[in-house]
Amino acid sequence: MSDTGRGDLLLEVRNLQVHFYLFEGVVQAVNDVSFDVHRGRTLGIIGESGSGKSVSAQSVMGIVPSPPAKQLAGEIRLHRATPDGGIETVDLGRLDPRGQEYRDVRGGEIGMIFQEPMTSFSPLHTVGDQIGEAILLHIPDSTPQSARERTVDLLRRVGIPRPDRAVDAYPHELSGGMRQRAMIAMALSCDPALLIADEPTTALDVTIEAQILELIQELQDDLNMAIIYISHDLAVVGGVADEVMVMYLGLVMEHADAETIFDEPLHPYTRALWQSIPKIDGPLEQLVPISGNIPNPFAVHKGCPFYARCTERIQGVCDESPPPVLEPRQGHTVRCFLYADDVDLASNGATGD
Amino acid sequence: MVAYIVRRSVMLIPILLLISLVSFAIIELPPGDWVTYQIENLRASGIELNEDEAERLVKMYGFDQPAWKRYVRWMRGILFKFNFGWSFQWGKTVNELLGERLPLTLVISISALIVSWIIAIPIGIYSATHQYSVLDYIFTFFGFLGLTIPTFLLAMVLAWYIFKLTEFAPLGLFSIEYMDEPMSMEKFIDMLKHLVLPLIIIGLNGTGALIRVMRGNLLDELKKQYVITARAKGVNEMQLLFKYPVRMSMNPVISTIGWILPGIFSGEVLVSLVLGLQTTGPLLLRAVLAQDMFLAGSIVMILSVLTVIGTLLSDILLAALDPRIRYSAAAAR
Repeated sequence: MSDTGRGDLLLEVRNLQVHFYLFEGVVQAVNDVSFDVHRGRTLGIIGESGSGKSVSAQSVMGIVPSPPAKQLAGEIRLHRATPDGGIETVDLGRLDPRGQEYRDVRGGEIGMIFQEPMTSFSPLHTVGDQIGEAILLHIPDSTPQSARERTVDLLRRVGIPRPDRAVDAYPHELSGGMRQRAMIAMALSCDPALLIADEPTTALDVTIEAQILELIQELQDDLNMAIIYISHDLAVVGGVADEVMVMYLGLVMEHADAETIFDEPLHPYTRALWQSIPKIDGPLEQLVPISGNIPNPFAVHKGCPFYARCTERIQGVCDESPPPVLEPRQGHTVRCFLYADDVDLASNGATGD
Repeated sequence: MVAYIVRRSVMLIPILLLISLVSFAIIELPPGDWVTYQIENLRASGIELNEDEAERLVKMYGFDQPAWKRYVRWMRGILFKFNFGWSFQWGKTVNELLGERLPLTLVISISALIVSWIIAIPIGIYSATHQYSVLDYIFTFFGFLGLTIPTFLLAMVLAWYIFKLTEFAPLGLFSIEYMDEPMSMEKFIDMLKHLVLPLIIIGLNGTGALIRVMRGNLLDELKKQYVITARAKGVNEMQLLFKYPVRMSMNPVISTIGWILPGIFSGEVLVSLVLGLQTTGPLLLRAVLAQDMFLAGSIVMILSVLTVIGTLLSDILLAALDPRIRYSAAAAR
């Protein structure tokens, strides 16, 4: 990955649609999700439970359980570096998720950190065995000996004390924070171009969370790695992401660079989210929860899925047809009727252009 | 690890002592003893014993002494001479009786066990990894059949059908013409033919249960996060399956070895009775019916001891396979 610079396009997801066919009905987990990921940059995905943020990431990894899930549409184009220094493009969505080609990408080109450090490792195998397994699979010409040395290096790099002993430790002998560090070491073991972090700090306490976030950012700078950071914690995403995507019920509601989306959110859902978190530096304000609940996952919406909870809904418009994806500003997209040309914006106080 | 085994073994001593006491008590509990049973039998067949003769019998077998003395005598024999005592009913030592029947019992039980493991574990793995597929439903159907049909019923029905269709009676160990013959190739083949049916019946019964256990365990494990983590590393599905979830789901199977061991020793009582096989199972049944106390007590005790030893073996195996158990054991020490 020598001549691939920061900011180069690494991953393009286009119109991804993944549904779960369950006994109780069909869950439209991901409906029309598109995004780009650039080398060395971080995309934050924010959403409540059931918004499809994890399924989108798992689709990139090819680890969505199928059945019951099925990718109905969309492309997942990875621009991977070839050994001779060029770039080749593979559509991951077309590969057999269990086939050799996808397995080379998984754990090699793309690494993933999961939410639960307590259960992410097999309790029967040592940490070193499980990290070394990835190295033996993806690094050419590696031997058990070289894999072990590399594992010790990785453990040292993620800040685990006495890495030469930790390599032979069983997962239950490490604390939650240490286990998550080991998990990061595993995800990074083969120098991935893309790291997917699916709520990596949710199960950790706040001080450990800060350490892990710092570590991930350090490693990103060292390795020029792209990151997809998934969380429901707005503050965390605000701290790590270069651009942010807000998801609701399988749809991307708003997408902009981090600064813009926090300072000038456009979508009523994003604004409602921002109002529901306390601000440390601002004046004391009443927190405003979003009224209502997330709709039943089996429900199919004719109009906007946020309609029932939206404070700025337009009856007869928003509940009648799906809202369009608009780009009121360069690089700032929003899926909402409020920004359509034929709807009066002034009364809603939004800052369109 | 060695310390763990030693500690567990020492802990066995009081348990074993208790087992021997309970075994002896069970035999002593019902009213009457072997001598009164014999006298009743003789009376029933019209032979009247006078008081003196009855008393002589009681004295001869030591029934006039208090129970604890008989217990001590019995235990001394077992511990120092490996002598389990005398079977009144058979007129032989318990050791002789068990020696006659154990080889056959062990052959049937162990081969049935191996058969059921070889069949059940792969099927369980297939069923779990292909949940709700056509084959899974078929295996589940036959698994439940194997689990729920009583073995003695299956034995009766199958024995009758085989006799009806082939004129071959799969009862006992040998056909009548070989009964008194010395061992020969023909006699050996005849014996194998007789063993097929009990093997199938006993094996199938265990297979049904084991398929359910294996399928259920593996289904639980397949959903676990560590499986997804391994998949996210790009591990081949087959390698992944056997390295992680299958190994984990074997733990409950291994922990049941403790119950398998006494099962191997006693054999299937009902199947053996129906098919007329001379295993230890029917021996125990008849001993209990006839209050043949030393024989019954010895078998009950051997079964209990085997349960305890089996449990110890299971624990040692689990500790060897699962590091979490190993470490908590070390911590407890």
